[in-house]
Amino acid sequence: MQEPAITPDLVAAHGLKPDEYARILQIVGREPTFTELGIFSAMWNEHCSYKSSKRWLRTLHTTGDRVICGPGENAGVVDIGDGWALVFKMESHNHPSYIEPHQGAATGVGGILRDVFTMGARPVAAMNALSFGVPGHPKTAHLVKGVVEGIGGYGNAFGVPTVGGEVRFHPSYNGNCLVNAFAAGIARADAIFYSAASGVGMPVVYLGAKTGRDGVGGATMASAEFDDTIEEKRPTVQVGDPFTEKRLLEACLELMASGAVISIQDMGAAGLTCSAVEMGDKGGLGIRLHLDAVPQREAAMTAYEMMLSESQERMLMVLRPAMEDQARAIFAKWDLDFAIVGETIPEDRFLILHGNQVKADLPLSQLSSQAPEYDRPWVPTPPATPMAPVPDADPLDALRALIGSPSYAHKGWVWEQYDSQVGADTVRTPGLGAGVVRVHGTDKLLAFTSDVTPRYVRANPERGGAQAVAEAYRNLIACGATPIAATDNLNFGNPERPEVMGQFVGAITGIGAACRALDFPIVSGNVSLYNETDGRGILPTPTIGGVGLIARMGDLIAALPAPGMVALVLGDTTGHLGQSALLAEMWGREDGDAPPVDLDAERRHGAFVLAHRAQIHACADLSDGGLALAAFEMAEAAGIGVTLTPGDLPTLYGEDQARYLIACTPAQADALASAATAAGVPLARVGHFGGDALRMGAAAAPLADLAALYRTAFAAALFGAPLAGEAHVA
Amino acid sequence: MKAAVVTYPGSNCDRDLAVALTRAGFTVARVWHKDTALPPGTDVVGVPGGFSHGDYLRCGAIAARAAIAPAIAAHAGRGGFVLGICNGFQVLTEMGLLPGVLMRNAGLRFVCRTVALTVGTADSAFTGGYGPGAAIRLPVAHHDGNYVADAATLDRLEGEGRVAFRYAEPVNGSARGIAGVLSENRRVLGMMPHPERASESAHGGTDGARLFAHLAALAVTAHGA
Repeated sequence: MQEPAITPDLVAAHGLKPDEYARILQIVGREPTFTELGIFSAMWNEHCSYKSSKRWLRTLHTTGDRVICGPGENAGVVDIGDGWALVFKMESHNHPSYIEPHQGAATGVGGILRDVFTMGARPVAAMNALSFGVPGHPKTAHLVKGVVEGIGGYGNAFGVPTVGGEVRFHPSYNGNCLVNAFAAGIARADAIFYSAASGVGMPVVYLGAKTGRDGVGGATMASAEFDDTIEEKRPTVQVGDPFTEKRLLEACLELMASGAVISIQDMGAAGLTCSAVEMGDKGGLGIRLHLDAVPQREAAMTAYEMMLSESQERMLMVLRPAMEDQARAIFAKWDLDFAIVGETIPEDRFLILHGNQVKADLPLSQLSSQAPEYDRPWVPTPPATPMAPVPDADPLDALRALIGSPSYAHKGWVWEQYDSQVGADTVRTPGLGAGVVRVHGTDKLLAFTSDVTPRYVRANPERGGAQAVAEAYRNLIACGATPIAATDNLNFGNPERPEVMGQFVGAITGIGAACRALDFPIVSGNVSLYNETDGRGILPTPTIGGVGLIARMGDLIAALPAPGMVALVLGDTTGHLGQSALLAEMWGREDGDAPPVDLDAERRHGAFVLAHRAQIHACADLSDGGLALAAFEMAEAAGIGVTLTPGDLPTLYGEDQARYLIACTPAQADALASAATAAGVPLARVGHFGGDALRMGAAAAPLADLAALYRTAFAAALFGAPLAGEAHVA
Repeated sequence: MKAAVVTYPGSNCDRDLAVALTRAGFTVARVWHKDTALPPGTDVVGVPGGFSHGDYLRCGAIAARAAIAPAIAAHAGRGGFVLGICNGFQVLTEMGLLPGVLMRNAGLRFVCRTVALTVGTADSAFTGGYGPGAAIRLPVAHHDGNYVADAATLDRLEGEGRVAFRYAEPVNGSARGIAGVLSENRRVLGMMPHPERASESAHGGTDGARLFAHLAALAVTAHGA
């Protein structure tokens, strides 16, 4: 087949800038072949090379006593004691999900699950953080339905419980939704698998599903802004097959247990190219691939297509040659492809052979090490404008505005489509605070949360970044978990615009500072840039996925308040309403500064909760929506009323940080009050639980009425159905 | 007392069922779908939940034709106990061991939540631990749990007291709220809810544990142990 001539247009179509192409010419020493151009485009796009973000990612806090493996591998690994390790990461699949919501979201879940089990861990928990445009936008309902079905369809069949996540709506996501998928798995700490190849002449083995033309160019697409040609990009979205992934999981874990695996890498973005280069580069070796041996789903595939295909459910592995027969037998048992497609070579070469022809011959180490790295110009985000005066309002009308909005309504419509209990180790299902899963066969529990308040990040990136970390930290503490590590999924607009780059720099500075102060290292992550449509960027959305450890069942705080219990607020309330949910949902306002974040207070208040958990019956972190929303959610879940003494909006809806709502018996409240005085932490009695009404100051409403609104608002806003119930939702 | 839990490619509740049976006192063997025989002395065969063969073609249809299927059918034919949960229920209907079919949920969405059920009959090894008409709560997690059979079959199931469990709230549009049915000899049970997910306090409910405990006690009696 005649390969296209390399023209400036072709280079540009590969997302390579003229100076980047000049660099390629310098490295190769001649004009690259078409396949080589494809390889460079795959390796050097933003998605794979992190060329705009690398410089800043290095400033994050990534180490700690528990960290076994920080950023740079397929996922981060932390020690959870007794020889066990937790492997986890969060990753975006934003652009594919906007183009084809079901498959885009499904393959996002598939990709993150592979990242986890590639390292030898059995996935035990998943979460997803979703941001959509406003319900009135013509695409939103379609996207929500497709994304949720895609996540459920993949995760449920694969068999991982989805135990948490977030769903928000904002006009800035109208043309660019965010789908951030998190997965965590358990492995023995001494049996973690890495991607670095070792040994010369070792067989490189292809595992899993066959290679097709799906997703060719996907990584390049993920690094481009959207415009009105977006519908034409549909063929670059991959198609997921959770059934194959489930078999691939079982076969890989069996293979790893057999001792046959030297190193292993999943084929994600830019499939065969990225995985092979990664294995060779990390091991200081070259790789020779014979593409004729690659299992193919379609006829007459070219080298270019095979090297750039993003077909799902595939792995690349370096095998111990003596164990080939055993390895083959395991894959035959699971009816999966197993093919030796190449070998490791001593020289620094990435040699691609196809049909007796050399299709690419490149210096392997330079593909990643010589990838461009940019120190993009940035301007600091200007200080937030002061908040305009806040009108007075009935606090119950304010609550109705919040719980009647899709962002703060009950999300059962979403999470009931996810299997949250497969594995029979889920201790706390979605709905209220962090999800909790038991480490199988032990009494240890793991808590999972994902958090960010994009409005804060836009108003004040540094503060907003720190707040996302602090909120994740609090959500873990609130269920009795010690926060141990986090993953970040940084979603921003076009980094070539200095104000967007300024948001990125600010957020990462805040995240870094908070993680350092809270000893809450970032061990894995993902950056998604160019989240823009027609030049309009999304709200900066650095999602933080946090994990915490609970030593034993008895240490879990997950009960619901009972009648007669006291409501306490731990932490200072000043009534900060800037960028609050109240302003946004009640008046459509997004003004003022983000709330200040006092990391020392976060630490002290968190430590207080954990130290006095025996006196705490129920606990929730206070975040957007403040005391009023948290108290309502807690009461509604328990099916009892709550009376809050304060009646003013700032006290009820202020979003001051480092605060928790605690429910406990009056005797426990006395004990906590003494302990708080001794520890010097602020603790205030704000009301009590019981009855069948929600009271705030002088206002009151039946809990049942509010609950009905809360439970139906999501489906009503999106699909116009009161409570979609069992009826078909178009 | 011995249980055998079958694993098909795509099963994902096989371990969970094995754990629940073990907790109830069974010695549990794991059986691969390509096997052709059950371990000798098997009292109970567990057909687990999940997405056998990806639910491709039709839920349970391919698993119903697995190499192990004739051995399961023979075990049932001898009066052995068979418990099919969720996808396992679908497999048992596809094998013809239980009447009816499981269609797509009426709401067309996957549904995962803990639901209210009533026990339809206490007259079986599976349900004898519950009082007749007992109200219990078990988790469901399925996309295709909408039980469908013709009116004559439904009348017969009800007339013979073979409705093991009924939904006490709208869940998936099942005919007459049927959540689980027994075979004619009352020794094969298929049910959409997951008792193995409510079998210890950490699950937040233990209503499922009684099913396994009663089955274990009966299996012991059957052996005269």
